[in-house]
Amino acid sequence: MTVIGWLQIILYCAIIVALAKPVGGYMTRVFNGERTFLSPVLRPVEAGIYWISGVDEKREQHWLTYTVAMLLFHVGGFLIIYGLMRLQAMLPFNPAGQSAVAEDLSFNTAISFITNTNWQNYGGESTLSYLTQMVGLTHQNFLSAATGIVLAVALIRGFARASMRTVGNFWVDVTRCTLYVLLPICVVFALFLVWQGMPQTLGPYVEATTLEGAKQTIAVGPVASQVAIKMLGTNGGGFFNANASHPFENPTALSNFVQMLSIFVLGAALTNVFGRMVGNQRQGWAILAVMGVLFVAGVAVAYWAEAQGTSTLQALGLTGGNMEGKEVRFGIVASSLFAVITTAASCGAVNAMHDSFTAFGGMIPLINMQLGEIIVGGVGAGMYGMLLFVILAIFVAGLMVGRTPEYVGKKIEAREVKMAMLAILILPLMILGWSAVAVVLPTGVASMANAGPHGFTEVLYAYSSQTGNNGSAFAGLTGNTLFYNLTGACAMFVGRFLMIVPAMAIAGSLAEKKSIPPSTGTFPTTGGLFVGLVVGVILIMGGLTFFPALALGPIVEHLAMNAGTVF
Amino acid sequence: MLREIRPAIVLLLVLTVITGLAYPLAMTGIAGVLFPRQAQGSLIEKDGKVIGSALIGQEFKEDKYFHGRPSATTAADPNDSTKTVSAPYNAVNSGGSNLGPTSKALADRVKEDVDKLKAENPNQPVPVDLVTTSGSGLDPNISSEAAQFQVPRVAKARNMSEDTLRQLVVANTEGRLLGLLGEPRVNVLALNLALDDAK
Repeated sequence: MTVIGWLQIILYCAIIVALAKPVGGYMTRVFNGERTFLSPVLRPVEAGIYWISGVDEKREQHWLTYTVAMLLFHVGGFLIIYGLMRLQAMLPFNPAGQSAVAEDLSFNTAISFITNTNWQNYGGESTLSYLTQMVGLTHQNFLSAATGIVLAVALIRGFARASMRTVGNFWVDVTRCTLYVLLPICVVFALFLVWQGMPQTLGPYVEATTLEGAKQTIAVGPVASQVAIKMLGTNGGGFFNANASHPFENPTALSNFVQMLSIFVLGAALTNVFGRMVGNQRQGWAILAVMGVLFVAGVAVAYWAEAQGTSTLQALGLTGGNMEGKEVRFGIVASSLFAVITTAASCGAVNAMHDSFTAFGGMIPLINMQLGEIIVGGVGAGMYGMLLFVILAIFVAGLMVGRTPEYVGKKIEAREVKMAMLAILILPLMILGWSAVAVVLPTGVASMANAGPHGFTEVLYAYSSQTGNNGSAFAGLTGNTLFYNLTGACAMFVGRFLMIVPAMAIAGSLAEKKSIPPSTGTFPTTGGLFVGLVVGVILIMGGLTFFPALALGPIVEHLAMNAGTVF
Repeated sequence: MLREIRPAIVLLLVLTVITGLAYPLAMTGIAGVLFPRQAQGSLIEKDGKVIGSALIGQEFKEDKYFHGRPSATTAADPNDSTKTVSAPYNAVNSGGSNLGPTSKALADRVKEDVDKLKAENPNQPVPVDLVTTSGSGLDPNISSEAAQFQVPRVAKARNMSEDTLRQLVVANTEGRLLGLLGEPRVNVLALNLALDDAK
């Protein structure tokens, strides 16, 4: 570890914290339906969209209607992606002549993109046409991100409102989120990325004759426009197979740094939106502090482990850390930092191959996902995931003093706690359940690329990533098989929607409750005690659930590595 | 609930057109005007022919050129399409080795490369980036240590002085951005082009 390395980490954290308040303020205005500086341009477009699609923007929805609207929207999104992948050979914008994608892979990918997972069983440049990338994937990158954000906003409204039966209008929220938040940032961001060296062209792949006279075909495409939303919307599905480690998908140290910022910026800002909407910004800062504590701890471990390198490299006298699977322009620190960010958020873009990380370096991303990606988290999803843990923490605090727990003026009662538990139990059910199935079936074992405990970690990582809607992978695992395509799609679907429905039920029941003013007996939720309590609940829950599985994977591998064992 | 059907269809289509077609096509148009070189892939031409991209590594095997990092990219086996064969720096199928820290295959491969490099230049420690594959398999860069390490071999092959080459490496080393971001590095293709020009 170096001083310059830590300075990069500190600079990163400082910028995220500094951006949370202004971006949060802007997003609050957007979701309160207020005018913003972009309204003169965008308001006519917005009004036109409501007119043509028959949306009454004054009419709000009950939580159930809001949820059904969201689900309907996703059915359509699924059909578009699936259809495009199956039919791409007959459609335009296909200069590389990609053929139709197989049924199971199309199914997996369509589920993967509507759930904001962007798990890549496909190799972008070798499988998909430009049309599929743009209309299928880029558009769903926007819409699944927008959906995540508006669901978090709906839950926040549940806390902020009193004695109301509605939580907002899904169509209005999605439209405003896309038009006012995601698109404007992406336009600027995409141009910045092109300036840094990212291609943005509809032209065919380039044929080059190298200096030594060999032929090299270079895949290009409309990369920047997709990467901008891929990062900002914490989607993570790469244009290229190697994702953000590909020099075209992440050309420079600066593009890397800004991409890392874009993963966290909206998620961090949502904590501020929460604070503003419930009327006390310190409530938001407290939640951001919980995230910050867990994040910095993860970065420290991962950076330390990668800088140490592996015993294999050390035995050969190689210093400079574990560079297998990492790019020279990013080095150890920017690769470790990126890995922790991308799994803390549910982004899943990778700028280094997590499969080749050291045992502990790869364990931190794994833990981040298993905790439910609530450390800033996927846009929106992280916020509502974190609020579920907050409800549990408040409940635990209430048990300790023997009074009905309250949070930001709302009584937390049996219904909320049950729903929160239901949502949180989905994680171990899908992650541990499917991992167990995969390791006893020959077809599951056959896909492992590494022998020994590392092979098990590949499987565990795959289901953690898909259940958490992350999308990063220990990519050695051959995921494009019937078994992994179908079980993975199941994990992604359940991990997304069975988390959302209970969260929305909580939103609905909270919105109907009266708001009670704080009294001297109210547990203060803006201080260090609260932060410590939530961190504790998250770690205890996660630890009890996943420690046995981690012991069989990365922990035993670390011990084996130090003993000089190879498999 | 029924009145949610129309927005579900129409709004989805409208937003699909905006974000899936209008936005990427507009970006393609604007980027083509503002940054035409980058938008096309930062291609390098020599005598009117494309020799590669400034950002994409290419394979160098000859002694007279500086070599890049090992690459784990593959291609479909021409004899059996269900299998893949090693194809270093295949820029239509990016990817890493995905071998883990306790992989015997990785340990053996690294040891072999280390032995080869030690034979080539016994006077300097082997830089780690020169014996590890990158995440993309297309890493255009090596560390400046890795470039300096290869100076004796290139000097011998080209009959040039080591000092000249060392200066060339230094001149082609990019530092950290603002002294902070990223790692110091040498673009192998740029260095080799400069090398051909220097001769």
